[in-house]
Amino acid sequence: MYAALWRLLPGPLWLRIVLVFVLLAIVLFTLSTWVFPWVDSIVNNQEVTVGRP
Amino acid sequence: MPPAEPTRRALRHRGRRARVSVVGVLGELLITAGVLVLAFLGWQLWWNDMVMAGQQSTAAAEISQTWIDADVSNRDPAAAPEVDAAEAVDFGEPVVAETAGESESFAVLYVPRFGADYNRSIAEGIGNDVLNSSRSGIGHYPGTQMPGEVGNFALAAHRSANGGGMHRINELRLGDAIYVQTADGYYTYRFRDLEYVAPTAVDVIAPVPHNAVAAPVDRFITLTSCNPLLSTAERIIAYGVLESWQPTSAGPPAEVAAVIDAQAQG
Repeated sequence: MYAALWRLLPGPLWLRIVLVFVLLAIVLFTLSTWVFPWVDSIVNNQEVTVGRP
Repeated sequence: MPPAEPTRRALRHRGRRARVSVVGVLGELLITAGVLVLAFLGWQLWWNDMVMAGQQSTAAAEISQTWIDADVSNRDPAAAPEVDAAEAVDFGEPVVAETAGESESFAVLYVPRFGADYNRSIAEGIGNDVLNSSRSGIGHYPGTQMPGEVGNFALAAHRSANGGGMHRINELRLGDAIYVQTADGYYTYRFRDLEYVAPTAVDVIAPVPHNAVAAPVDRFITLTSCNPLLSTAERIIAYGVLESWQPTSAGPPAEVAAVIDAQAQG
């Protein structure tokens, strides 16, 4: 799967490596800005108070 | 580029294509899922925790500064004499504010043991809108007393993630200062002891902790968070008792002043 994605990238080796880092940055930004806060709002069930069983 | 290179590359590509299989793709997807879970934990416990801690600290500094500015502008320079040695002056009974509205920030907490620059604003309520908020992070149990009031000023905060307002609660030592700033002034509490209880132990936030019938005489502060770290199996409770009070016009205690000055300078 990742090998196929690598082959889809155009250009010489150095450009592909740059593109990989750009794509990774986009993925990380998307995750931390939208996906993780949304997941957190669902799974974050940390109880720190007393009296709420 | 040498002419042999394209052929060799083409051969290698053909070889790789032949190896693509359902199991291979499935394996890569599972590895990706694992990496995503780890990335989420890193985001939740480190990155977002750090970002929110900064936002909460900034929000606390802002509200603290508005109280100080309001006091300076309200003060008549001729009528109010400057107090130089705040420690030596007894300001009498502490002023007790009215209970704040739901999710409204009404106080700022300073605990030097949690870090020399530690400050967080305290808001009314213990729901996620307060505890997971980038504006506050510390919640005041509704129905418990206000700062300086006889009884129990009870607070809750996260131990980890969401700014980790009480990350280092287990490091408190006897006599450690716990400062609370409100629009009225500064309340200095002294830490007494830690306790580990079941999550159902509601009597730790009673006006007299663990005693439902006794009439309160002392002015307690109670901090609650979860224990052990990253678990919700137990609650860690920190008790303190009021030592002194000083109005905003008398200026902050030295340790609080250091935090306020550091924040004002950026």
